Formats: sequence, structure tokens, C-alpha cells
Amino acid sequence: MDLQVASPYDILFDDVWFSYNNSPVLRSVSFSVPQREFLVIIGPNGGGKTTLLKLILGLYVPQRGSVRLLGGLEPTQCSYLLGYIPQNANINLDFPVRVSDVVLMGRLRGLKCFYTKEDRRMAQEALEMMGMNEYAHARMSELSQGQRQRVLIARALVSKPKILLLDEPTASVDVEAQRILYDKLEELNKGITIVLVSHDMTVITSYATAVACVNGTVYYHDSNEITAEMLQMAYGSCPVELVAHGIPHRVLAKHDGDHDA
Amino acid sequence: MAYPTGCWQNTTVITMLEALQYDFMRYAVIAAVLASVICGITGTIVVSKRLVSMAGGVAHSAYGGIGMALFFGFSPQLGALGFALVSSCFMAWITLRAKSRADTIISIIWAVGMAIGVIFSDLTPGYGADLMSYLFGSILMVTKGDIISMGLLCLILSAFVPTFYGQLLAYSYDEEYARTRGIPVTFLHFAVIVLISFSVVLIIRIVGLILVIALLSIPPYIAERFCRSLAGMMITSTLLSLIFSVSGLMVAYKFNLTSGAAIIVIAAICYFATEVASRRRRGQQ
Repeated sequence: MDLQVASPYDILFDDVWFSYNNSPVLRSVSFSVPQREFLVIIGPNGGGKTTLLKLILGLYVPQRGSVRLLGGLEPTQCSYLLGYIPQNANINLDFPVRVSDVVLMGRLRGLKCFYTKEDRRMAQEALEMMGMNEYAHARMSELSQGQRQRVLIARALVSKPKILLLDEPTASVDVEAQRILYDKLEELNKGITIVLVSHDMTVITSYATAVACVNGTVYYHDSNEITAEMLQMAYGSCPVELVAHGIPHRVLAKHDGDHDA
Repeated sequence: MAYPTGCWQNTTVITMLEALQYDFMRYAVIAAVLASVICGITGTIVVSKRLVSMAGGVAHSAYGGIGMALFFGFSPQLGALGFALVSSCFMAWITLRAKSRADTIISIIWAVGMAIGVIFSDLTPGYGADLMSYLFGSILMVTKGDIISMGLLCLILSAFVPTFYGQLLAYSYDEEYARTRGIPVTFLHFAVIVLISFSVVLIIRIVGLILVIALLSIPPYIAERFCRSLAGMMITSTLLSLIFSVSGLMVAYKFNLTSGAAIIVIAAICYFATEVASRRRRGQQ
């Protein structure tokens, strides 16, 4: 499929097919993400949202088709230019590691042997940006889940990424912290591309500039308007009613014979 | 058998310091020190990366190498190291590619390696492998060659670990994230596992196969509780191993016991004491 690509793009998927352990996950995925897009990825669990992120990061390699980043580079060549916040902030809870150590990991690259003063200063800055600098010497296990999440975001930011990838960052975070996070993302979006996997409809209506529905394949929409058919495509044939936090906003797919709501 | 018979069972007057005039006692203490450094560093990685059962697999399967070495007529230590290298590379590959199968494969290698060793030992004419000293350790029969091998491993670990500390930390804490930073995780995984397998084989000299996993894991388990960094855990584990090893040697000497077992009992007592103390503290909060 020939893609008309708006250049310069940050992410390009060209007819990508991916299977995991011989079961197909993504089929014929093609889309391009221009610079400074705020892309929200929605879709049912198991539909391939996290897989999509991992293909962007180069953690998975497509069996067919290609993924290109930042104007033509392969993911494995430039994954250090990406910031990644994984879904689960609770891995390895017992591990003896301080908050500052975790953030400094974002300054690693290949077999680089030591951290410079510059690295440490940037780590300090990133922690301040996320409001966690007073916890710099605390163990990760001593923090709450939301605090751990913020440390992981600081880790992603300290590498000065060109693209920020977040996998369901507000799954277990309270409403206030969500708002703070989204505001921060909006601020960052002025300079970098944001890709966010979420079930949260608020983020789409208030912050997104594009929406991708992932369910075996990808439907890319250049605006943040959610239509009923979009949801149907993304979540299956049952009409879905969703209530968003914060802004009272209901998206209701109408049945035949329903009264106007 | 606790000590080579005849030596000093009749002369209980000899003090520890005087004991040090014996070559084998000096070597034993040096071996204990080197082993502590090895255990501190390697044990920390084994415990924090949850590789304990793999380390056990390497230890048991290495006996296959000893049996083969005796049958074909070369150094048992070399045989053990070679066999450990092969089985650990295989296990490294499995833990990387098929994590869910890892447990089963490790158990199989564990048993098969041991069995191969026993069979080759059966087939060897003559006295055959000293299974007892392999099972229970023979710190008092440590040779200069053993000291040199352990010293070499200590040097390698002391050079490798601090140099690639950032990468090791990232690899141990968050392997997936480490990959995205361009860290050669696969290479690191194999390097770490090969180093662990060599450490395990050399430590077996001290406390024997039965107890090697205990010496590798008890000091880090204790250290993990109150250390804030991997480096701190390594240093604390080394110090703890040292205290356990040297006091174990002294107790074994005083009461005529198997040194390996004495070391582990002291380590275990310390572990339970810290468990109880921390539970008490948690209960009071």
C-alpha cells in the first residue's frame, strides 16, 4: 500500500504484520504520525495496543512490513531517543534501588560506563519536574503507586526524548494526579510527540489531536472526535456507553428505537 | 568426616593463632575471604535477579564434569568448570527465550548432570570421585591452584561489576527498559550467567554442593532487607559472608565439626534472627 506521508513524520507503519508465538496480533497496519501529534490509542484488551508500542520501541520486530521513526530510522537504532513508561509500575518491588538510581537509568546508552555531572543534574531536574525530588533517596518500594509512576515518567523524560510513549499511565491513579499528568503532557507536547494508550475518554476529548483504534488492525483518525462507529470498530459490535471523569461527557451509541438522550 | 584424621584430635590445647601456622589453615582462611567476595557480588545478582534455582542447577550438573574428568583423566576442577559453562549457557538461552519452561529445564539439567557424573564415576577404575568432599566441601584441602582460580575470578568480578554497574542495575531491575536504552541485554545475560556458574563451581570447594546455594543466597537475603542500592547489597553481602565463613571455620575447629555445615548454620541463625527482629519491628509500628 502506497502511503501518502506528511513529512516530516515521527512514526511510520508501512503494512506491518505481527504475530506473537504464532498467533496473529496485528494485521496490515499502516499509518503515519506527524511531529508533535498527541496520539491516543484505544482498543480492547488483547487487541494489540501494547504490541504497537513495543513495535515502535523496537522490542518486537514485525514479520512483514516496516516501522520507521523520526524520518526514516529503524527503531533499534534510535530507541534511546524515545521515552517509555510501561504499564506496570510495580515490577520488582523488593529490588534495592533508589528513586535517583531509577531516574539515572534514563541517561544510560549502550555500554556507557559512568554518569557525568550533567547526567546527575538532568536527573535532578526531571525529578523536580515531576515533583518527586524530595524522594530522591527513597527506595522504590517505599513509595505509593502513583509516586512510582511519576518516577518512571521522570526516567523517561530525563533522556530528552523526541517521542514519549505511555502505556495506560493513569490506570490506578486518582483523578487529581491524572489531571496533573495530562496538563504536563500537554505542555511537553509543544515540543515532542506524545503517544498514549488509554481507556480514558477525557484525555481524548480534551488533549488528543489524533486517535488510533487498535483491534487486530489500526484505524487512524486525524482528529479527536470520537464517533460511534469508531468505538464500534475499536471495541466490537456491542454499543458502548462511556462516562468520562472530570468533564461530564457521555458517548452513547443509539439503538434502534431509543429515545433521544 | 570432619577433619583429616590424626592431626590434632589429641592436642586440643592449640589455639586459633597457632593453628594459622599450618599451611592448610592459612589457605582455608584466604579461601574464605576470596569466597566471601565472590559470594557477595555473585550472590547479590543471583538473589536480586531471582536466579537461585538456576544456580542450583549449575551446581548439581557440574558434578557431571567431575565424573567425566576422572574417567578421561584430566583435572576435576576443569571438568566441573567446563560442564558448568555448557549447562549455564544452555540455561541462559532458555531463561531468555522460553521463561515458562525454564523451571522444568533447570530441574532436568540438575538431575541429568548429576547422574552423568555418577555413571562416569562408576565406570572409572579405581577409587573414583571423592563424592563426599564434593557434597560437603573440603575447605581444609584447598590447594594453591584453587586460591589462584578464586583470586582470578575475584579480579574479573571487581573489574566487570563496577565498570558496567549502570547496565547491570538496569538489566536486573527492568530488563525491557534496559533494551530500549540500547544495552546489549542478551550479551549481559550470558556474561552474568557464565560468571555465576564459575563462581558456583569454585565456591563448592568451600561448603560443598549441598550448601553452596545457602552461602550464595543467605547473605544477600539478609542484606536486601536494609540496603538501598545494589552496590550496598554487594558490599554488605561480602562482609556478612566473611563473618559467617571465618566464624564458621573457628567454630568447626573448636568443636571438631564439618566447616561447611558450621558456616551455613551460623548464616541461618543470623538470617532467622534478622527475620524475627524485623517482624517484631513491623509489629510494633
